[in-house]
Amino acid sequence: MAVATPTTVRDTASIAESLRRKRDVKGVAFQAMMFLSLVITLGVLVVLLFTVISDGWPVLSQRLGGFLTSTLRPDAVDAGVVQGLKGTFYLCAIVAIVAFPLGIAAAIYMEEYAPQNWLTSFIQLNIRNLAGVPSVVYGILGLTIFVKGWGISSITGGSSPLAGGLTLSALVLPVVIITAQEAIRATPQALREAGFGVGATKWEVIKDHILPYAAPGILTGTLLSIARAAGEAAPLLLIGTISGIITRSAPWYDVTQVQDRFTAMPTLITSWAVQPDTGFSVENAAAAIVILIFFVILLNSAAIMLRNRFESKRSG
Amino acid sequence: MNDETNHDAQKQVDEMDAVQANRPTVATVATENSIEPDHPVVLSMRNLSVYYGTFRAVRDVDMDIRENEITAMIGPSGCGKSTVLRSINRMNDLIPTARVEGDLRFHGLDLYDSKVDPVEVRRRIGMVFQKPNPFPKSIYDNITYGPRIAGTPKENFDEIVETSLKRAALWDEVKDRLSESALGMSGGQQQRLCIARAIATNPDVLLMDEPCSALDPIATGMIEDLMQEIKSNYTIVIVTHNMQQAARVSDRTAFFTAQIDSENDRRTGLLVEFDRTEKIFSNPADERTENYVTGRFG
Amino acid sequence: MTATNWDITELQGSPRRQQREKRVQAVVFSAALVSILLSVMIVGSLGFEAIRYITEVDLSRLWDRGWFPRNGVFDLKTLIVATLWVTLIAMVVAVPLGLSAAIYLSEYASVRARKVLKPVLEVLAGIPSVVLGFFALRFINPNLVESWLENANSSGNMISAGIGVGILTIPLVASISEDALSSVPNALREASAGIGARKLTTTTSIVLPAAISGLVAAFIVATSRAIGETMVVFIAGGAADTALFASNPADQGLTMTAAMASLAAGSDEVVGSGLAYGSLFFVGSILFLVTMGLNVLADRLVRKYRLEY
Repeated sequence: MAVATPTTVRDTASIAESLRRKRDVKGVAFQAMMFLSLVITLGVLVVLLFTVISDGWPVLSQRLGGFLTSTLRPDAVDAGVVQGLKGTFYLCAIVAIVAFPLGIAAAIYMEEYAPQNWLTSFIQLNIRNLAGVPSVVYGILGLTIFVKGWGISSITGGSSPLAGGLTLSALVLPVVIITAQEAIRATPQALREAGFGVGATKWEVIKDHILPYAAPGILTGTLLSIARAAGEAAPLLLIGTISGIITRSAPWYDVTQVQDRFTAMPTLITSWAVQPDTGFSVENAAAAIVILIFFVILLNSAAIMLRNRFESKRSG
Repeated sequence: MNDETNHDAQKQVDEMDAVQANRPTVATVATENSIEPDHPVVLSMRNLSVYYGTFRAVRDVDMDIRENEITAMIGPSGCGKSTVLRSINRMNDLIPTARVEGDLRFHGLDLYDSKVDPVEVRRRIGMVFQKPNPFPKSIYDNITYGPRIAGTPKENFDEIVETSLKRAALWDEVKDRLSESALGMSGGQQQRLCIARAIATNPDVLLMDEPCSALDPIATGMIEDLMQEIKSNYTIVIVTHNMQQAARVSDRTAFFTAQIDSENDRRTGLLVEFDRTEKIFSNPADERTENYVTGRFG
Repeated sequence: MTATNWDITELQGSPRRQQREKRVQAVVFSAALVSILLSVMIVGSLGFEAIRYITEVDLSRLWDRGWFPRNGVFDLKTLIVATLWVTLIAMVVAVPLGLSAAIYLSEYASVRARKVLKPVLEVLAGIPSVVLGFFALRFINPNLVESWLENANSSGNMISAGIGVGILTIPLVASISEDALSSVPNALREASAGIGARKLTTTTSIVLPAAISGLVAAFIVATSRAIGETMVVFIAGGAADTALFASNPADQGLTMTAAMASLAAGSDEVVGSGLAYGSLFFVGSILFLVTMGLNVLADRLVRKYRLEY
């Protein structure tokens, strides 16, 4: 609203005129532009989903069962993603086993134990920096340490799900630490005091009160990290995940496969997407993408819903 | 720890007294002059100062807290009464920069001796906080948490829960819903649950940090009655903003105030006067106490 | 006078619990140290081979006609120019869209609208980069880029890849910008409204300037992310594992990251001459240093605005 300039003689008409709501054309246009940007962004998401679903439709509608259970074959019409699914499953499992305990433990140290000194600030700075390192660089780490590392390669078996899982664990570790730290920091001081007040030790307060309270927040971070690990391709390319034909076909529960050569969904999609045969590069790649996106969006939505429920519970 | 350090500490106190000739009445002198027989001293503070980093939050506190009495700490906000309270059960240890100087003894033991485990101190000296802070667990689990971590056998839990809740005057209200969440109780009930929870570890001393400030008058009255009930079993130290509350419930009252510290220009709390409650409120020795209790200041 | 004097054992607590405390502390401290170990391993694994590469390579081959690592030709400007183009195009896409989305969410959107819109942005943030690569190659390139530019490379080019990377970074720009905008105290907005400013004026001349360091941080972080993004360019950049120098963004291009992935993906394992293997680490080191520098800069800016408000 514009404000009337003070006048010596009361001119009610002009005051009324100045108080009248004016059309704020520029303001409305600006707001519309901001909104339009958001619509464009969301429109991209819609177009993207539409593109992959329609490209992959021939496969998804006609031979989804075979596609999910079939292996990598030279012919597009009977090739499938079972090895990719298996590889991605192993990668996510290894990330869950390695990165989460490690990340949550590190977050507990940083929030509850770390003294205020140079080492703590250094570790914190280091964690933030690690979170910004490009994923392809983690691939180099994986290649040098987990695939070819002296003594380690005999455990991982070279370019294996184990090496890949450890590489991805390193990749998501900083994110797991940071989200767990935030969840732990959000625990009310009163809860800590209540625990200490009845004679609990620090670890008892953490395990009995802080972790249960922070669990939804920590879980959100871990679900997002699994989704990220499931979708990462670059580090896997670097550690030499194969995109060709995998000879050994063992059932899911045969854990020795974690030391075998492997492929995973994102690497499989990559290798298909750049092939000249459109049966691979369009139909099969898009169908595999739909499966991957379905899984990733499921994890992400679960994480987002969990966080929203947690936040409304806390504020309400 | 031994007589020699005790002696040194006392000597230091005496010297300080000699230096500060215009210092307000020393608490111990006043109590020794009184006629009634005194209860034994459970906690004694000599020359106690608490620092946060280089900032001295409260200085030179001398107090004796006696068994089965209610000792109240009053004074304007920022005068360090809560700080002193939290140094008694070593809750201040949780603040990384906090540091205690001087002598603080519990049953003759230096509470800040390196051999003392702060966790054990907090079991022996329970605490009730400003806002009711029950665990987000069942009523039963709230009470048994302290005994459980202290290693009390499970078969005693039912009895502990009943005794603690009865002492906290809560048993009749909740005995049929022990497995329900403590968060579903009213504020006053929650605070009595917190008292029951503190009692459950079988402490000697109960520290209460403005336990009624978040409660309505009826709930406040219940807590005050409860304090009178349980004082025969415990030694209670209560910090309160409410002078009437101190006058109603306590046997002895310590009046704290804050003044600008000449060393660093920041407000530091100090103990002005410590005496029997009726004396503090009817015939205080220090003008500042009189101004405060008569409402002219604070 | 004094109550019964206790023996020190009364307050010594349980040695078993104290030992458990020490063990737990040691375990969580080691976990925190793993992050340091990771950094050391990253720097070590990059640095060792990178230094060997730079001492062995014929330096004149670092400025040549293109990137042909298996033939010993390592033209850095090919990779750098492609990286710059892709990053620039990505920022042209991501900054206006991301910033506008942030302004809308922080200044205009109702609580209910935010509740719907933010999760959708977060879903977009979770889309794997291979998917964006596919989308850039199969949709953006034929439908947008090739229809505007006749000479655009149909098997992928830097413009399509750049747009794909841009879409990938929109949610990042939006979320960091929104953090910066919402940390501007409401008192500033009220003060501005109180002297009769319109919402537009308040937003553009009060809120945006007040949040500027956070917004700049968002752009820097997004730039760093765009430089480090691999798969979109690998799939939609149009270059196989080799590339001739090209300065036209409508041509195929190989960014630093795509060159690294190509070296690895050309065959089942990174092979070729020792120098080709070494170039992977050399390029990786440059990438690491550049993104690290940008992240540290952004981090400083973010902490600056956190300090201000």
